[in-house]
Amino acid sequence: MSGRAFVFGDNIDTDVMAPGTLMKLPPEELAQHCLAAVDPDFARTVAKGDFVVGGRSFGIGSSREQAAVSLSLLGVRAVIARSFARIFWRNAINLGVPCITLEQAGEISAGDRLEVDLAVGRLTNLTTGRGYDFTPLPPHLMAMMDDGGLMPHLKKKLAGAA
Amino acid sequence: MGRGSTLVEKIIARAAGVDRVAPGQLVTAQVDLAFAHDSSGPRRWAPMLRELGVGLWDPQKVAIVSDHYVPAVDAESARILKLAREFAAEHQVGAFFDMVGICHLVLPEHGLIRPGAFVAGGDSHSPTAGAFGAYAAGYGATDMAAIVATGETWLAVPETIRVEWSGRFGAGVAAKDIMLFLCRELGMDNAFKAIEYGGDTVEGLSMAERMVLCNMAAELGCEAGVVAPDRTTFAYLRAAGRPVEDEAAALALASDRDAVYAAVHRFNAATLQPQIAAPHDPSRTQDVTEHAGIKVDQCYIGACVGAKIEDLRMAAAVLKGRKVSPDTRLLIAPASQKTTTTATQDGTLQTLMEAGAVLLPSGCGACAGYGAGVLADGEVCISSTNRNFKGRMGSKEAQVYLGSPYSVAAAAIEGRIADPRQFLGEAA
Ligand code: SF4
Repeated sequence: MSGRAFVFGDNIDTDVMAPGTLMKLPPEELAQHCLAAVDPDFARTVAKGDFVVGGRSFGIGSSREQAAVSLSLLGVRAVIARSFARIFWRNAINLGVPCITLEQAGEISAGDRLEVDLAVGRLTNLTTGRGYDFTPLPPHLMAMMDDGGLMPHLKKKLAGAA
Repeated sequence: MGRGSTLVEKIIARAAGVDRVAPGQLVTAQVDLAFAHDSSGPRRWAPMLRELGVGLWDPQKVAIVSDHYVPAVDAESARILKLAREFAAEHQVGAFFDMVGICHLVLPEHGLIRPGAFVAGGDSHSPTAGAFGAYAAGYGATDMAAIVATGETWLAVPETIRVEWSGRFGAGVAAKDIMLFLCRELGMDNAFKAIEYGGDTVEGLSMAERMVLCNMAAELGCEAGVVAPDRTTFAYLRAAGRPVEDEAAALALASDRDAVYAAVHRFNAATLQPQIAAPHDPSRTQDVTEHAGIKVDQCYIGACVGAKIEDLRMAAAVLKGRKVSPDTRLLIAPASQKTTTTATQDGTLQTLMEAGAVLLPSGCGACAGYGAGVLADGEVCISSTNRNFKGRMGSKEAQVYLGSPYSVAAAAIEGRIADPRQFLGEAA
């Protein structure tokens, strides 16, 4: 299952993903403005299973969870970047959007078709033929991811334990 | 293996139930203490816990402190506080502190921050607790709800940066100056890293000053800041009525000699000048002399980082026998009720009041723009708080400079940013 790469630069902040002035909008509407300041067509063109590729410090700024919520609602399969801000990274994974740290993220071009195996920790750029290894998430986080994030995962776990 | 562990790695390994951990490793840690305040806690947790159909995993390990909206100024803040009180009662929260001060100070005052503990806080300045040799990080709302529901959380083990300071501060220089200096030197983009402070300067600092170092780890972008526990730590906890039982074990938390750091930086405290951060971020720091003469409409001594009894004493040392300039105003919001009580007993408050300061309630106050003392368009403020992001203390058109309590007090006398050393018997 491959997806297209949408490529952005360094320091993509959470305001760009979820603009402060629009925070009162319902999540689905807010998502339509995701990354609009750097790519006005992003929300319209991104499809389920596509990838967001960034540079350094992806997700800096405010800790608002809505940044990750928007990516999740738009169907983004994973975010790949050279480095992430910690709270965004956690929020995204908690919401079921994996963040893949990859020093060579800059080798990915807009429109490249990517394929990712989260369990193995392998990213393949089908367009260039290059492959990259990254540290996979451990089983308990993979399980959380499969359930769609922390809250659904916890709900399931607690229901199972009851 | 041959590779030692840092203090942070030791705490995380213990909390994760493994012998050792390496940076980058993902683990699940058992939380020793989870806390939040009126803004980040009950009002966000309640709906999520309801959705999960569970209560708190262990009410004795949860602390709630009302500090952001205190005292209520309108119906909405009153509602938020009421919700916090009702939640604490309903869930039988072991430690609920209502209107007695700011969480990052109130918890240590009650001896609740323990060396070696894994602490999860629903606030970005949670690293403050690292001053006691705890690993303490800030978490978002969903993370915190999951933590208070289950008692555990996952994390990637951070790399540790070590910063060593040697030498004694000159007059008018404090831990706050170290942090403003480091914001410039190390920048604010240190995600997934912890910072460990050491060296003879740090060893000689009070717990209050160590808390300043760890508090502003947040401004560096670090997830945690730590100082190894020692006699000073033990004495503080003894005085708080919660002595450390096994001091040898606490001492053994210190980083191993062969621990591996992401980087080691060494600085000299003796040559450090009072530092001032210009608007609108704490990394825009320069020596006070670079900003001297800038007119200020307000001088604010407040916040978890800048209004402990030690901070009030610094201000009093500068203001003793002097007056606040009629061109400005000096507001003081002590970080806790206990701070105010102590300041009353030891004469600090009298000195400040006689100088013309205005006393505000204990709480976050104007620091994040929630309470009394916010700024108007075009106003300039010098503040002992930790952040000066645009709009944080009120109007987006206000300008906030950051400095130590010495520097804020000096500005209050002059009505302009001024070198505090001229009031402390050491010429600039
Ligand atoms: S005083 Fe300021 S920095 Fe400290 S907890 Fe309150 S709002 Fe946050």
